[in-house]
Amino acid sequence: MKTLANLKPGQTGVVQSITAEGAVKQHFLDMGITRGVRIQLERRAPFGDPLAVRLRGYSLSLRKDEARKICIVD
Amino acid sequence: MKTGRTTIAIMGNPNSGKTTLFIKLTGSNQHVGNWPGVTVDRKTGQIHHAGKVVDVVDLPGIYSLSPFTQEEIIAREFVLSDELDGILNIVDATNIERNLYLTMQLIALGLPMVIALNFIDDCRAQGVQIDCQTMSDLLGVRVIPISARHGENMDALLDAVTGTLTPPAHQPDYLHGVGAAIRRVSGLLDGQPLRRASLPFYAEKLLEGDSHVQKTLSLPDPVRHEISHVALSLCSHQNSTDNQMIMADALYDFIEGVVKQCYVRPENPPLTTTERIDRVVMNKWLALPIFALIMCVMFLATFGPIGSTLMDGLDGLIQGRLSPAVESGLLAIGASDWVIGLVCDGIIGGVGGVVSFLPQIVILFLFLSVLEDTGYLARIAFIMDTLLRKIGLSGKSFVPMLMGFGCTTPAVMAARTMENEDDRRMTIMLTPFMSCGAKLPVYALFSAAFFPAHAGLVTISLYVLGIVMAIVAGFILKKTVFRSVSSGFVLELPTYRLPTFKGTVRNMWTRAKDFLTKAGTIIFLMSVLIWLLQNFTPTLGVAENSADSILGAFGQLIAPIFAPLGFGFWQAAVSLLAGLVAKEAVVSTLSVLYGAGGDSAMLATILAGAFSPLTAYCFLVFILLYMPCMSAFATIKREMGGWRWAFGSAAFQIALAWLTAFLIHTVGSLFF
Repeated sequence: MKTLANLKPGQTGVVQSITAEGAVKQHFLDMGITRGVRIQLERRAPFGDPLAVRLRGYSLSLRKDEARKICIVD
Repeated sequence: MKTGRTTIAIMGNPNSGKTTLFIKLTGSNQHVGNWPGVTVDRKTGQIHHAGKVVDVVDLPGIYSLSPFTQEEIIAREFVLSDELDGILNIVDATNIERNLYLTMQLIALGLPMVIALNFIDDCRAQGVQIDCQTMSDLLGVRVIPISARHGENMDALLDAVTGTLTPPAHQPDYLHGVGAAIRRVSGLLDGQPLRRASLPFYAEKLLEGDSHVQKTLSLPDPVRHEISHVALSLCSHQNSTDNQMIMADALYDFIEGVVKQCYVRPENPPLTTTERIDRVVMNKWLALPIFALIMCVMFLATFGPIGSTLMDGLDGLIQGRLSPAVESGLLAIGASDWVIGLVCDGIIGGVGGVVSFLPQIVILFLFLSVLEDTGYLARIAFIMDTLLRKIGLSGKSFVPMLMGFGCTTPAVMAARTMENEDDRRMTIMLTPFMSCGAKLPVYALFSAAFFPAHAGLVTISLYVLGIVMAIVAGFILKKTVFRSVSSGFVLELPTYRLPTFKGTVRNMWTRAKDFLTKAGTIIFLMSVLIWLLQNFTPTLGVAENSADSILGAFGQLIAPIFAPLGFGFWQAAVSLLAGLVAKEAVVSTLSVLYGAGGDSAMLATILAGAFSPLTAYCFLVFILLYMPCMSAFATIKREMGGWRWAFGSAAFQIALAWLTAFLIHTVGSLFF
């Protein structure tokens, strides 16, 4: 299963499902990470983690561990 | 606390310009920031417009009404209470989809409401066209385009909020059976003691399986079963097992539909300014050097030539001009010696010594305020996250930690944005190790007196030691008290915005005022008290010698505790006690105790007789690490939620301070 963490900077994908639970899942949903949304990996932080992504016209940062819980398709 | 007047709440996402709008509407004094969640206290103001008065509550910036962060809980409880008559929902027009998500939840509350579509000027600049009439029709709520920072369309908004606000004209009809399920559950809840208009909100939350709502409602069993039946059939209808996700999908689907009909983005939009800036400052190779450069500039400006020149100037003014002038004035009106002593040595010496730090504090807060308002602070959290995770914190702790270099009290409050309780508590406990601005006078005095050739180096070494001790303490705490897994790091990287001149000045003025008020009240009283305690004996006679005074007696009582650290004399002990009231008071107390009358050169000479360079350094280390001042301590108690935590962290800090100073003294004695 391809996740958001597999994207290279500049690549985009479409969110297919979220495997996170509880507060983290609710947080994803509140921030607009829902099924069908197009999401772009903008860049990685200087130490490789966390990641900055762009969706719905704004930028968001999340850790690699969290990005692995967002399954995407091309 | 219902007054007879109308009360409305300003609600919106973090970074939507909520606080700017609040100031614009009410003219009230408040800090504006870009770090999500600066507005954590409940701020109220009043709108006076066209002969009407409306009370306004500035609620914390939130992304949704889910009960996960403290801000969300505060906001949710408030909107469900009966205190509120209407909602002013501020929406960032440049980030419309995510902002409307909260709007949809607010609409479900059914309260009278109006939407202020902010940053409409930025939208125009980006070539975005918005049809506000269509948006109003689709949402059932009046939409007023505004620019809070430029005051655009404020009259229309003021007319709306002081006029009659109306509830949403209709509830949205969500697709795929969600709308039907909400109506079904609302119907089931009818008859419960709930605000009728807000039933769609309760229905949505119950369908999501929100445990807070389930608990507070305590519905009768048949209703509960019926609701879970509706929830289950919604799941199977959607071929999913997750109602939380179904609800969010439905809301965002609806929002996308609205946006499609009334929001036209230009084709092939150029890169936004924020994207262009981020290409440089968040660049893999440039991010760290730029960050380090900004930190260097900030600390050099504050503690380097500019800050210290201003400080010396102010110091000279107070000691060289004010003090002699007051003294001759008092002599002229025939005041007695002890009054002159009290005023010139006690008060001007004590308060004046502290006031001269005003320039540095103002410069530091100027930088912090600009970093915060521009949106760069969130980038700092992004850049620093990996490093802070190593000591069990998150990038979000960096901001409170950084603010800790200014003042511990606001820094501790800034930790409220963190969702994970353990992360938050640990950040609060470690923040005091970041050497606050008030400790600087002590470092400056001692390093100039004992290490004139390396004064800067000594001061820097203390800052570094504080950071090292925070890492050590963080490591200890993570292994003992806080063992839970670190929370996530989902953080918005907000649009860069120029700080408004007014907002920055207002913020600096607030800090300066706080500082001067503290100097004028607490430190004034402390200076008088210490002067009196030092000039009278326990039998209330006039003390010939400070050592015979009340203060001397108490100092001698506790001084042995500090003997193993090399400064077991009563003056040091008393100044440390005074430092609990405010760290700056260490200097003023020493100045009064040694009768230097606020003359720092003279004080330095006297101190050279009492301390050796090694014990002076140990004294500074102890001051760096021991418990923070009363104001910070009280804030820690409030934020940690109990005296147990507050005293626990104070004991931890004092123990660590004593041990570290002891270690340095013991090892140092072998060499010096």
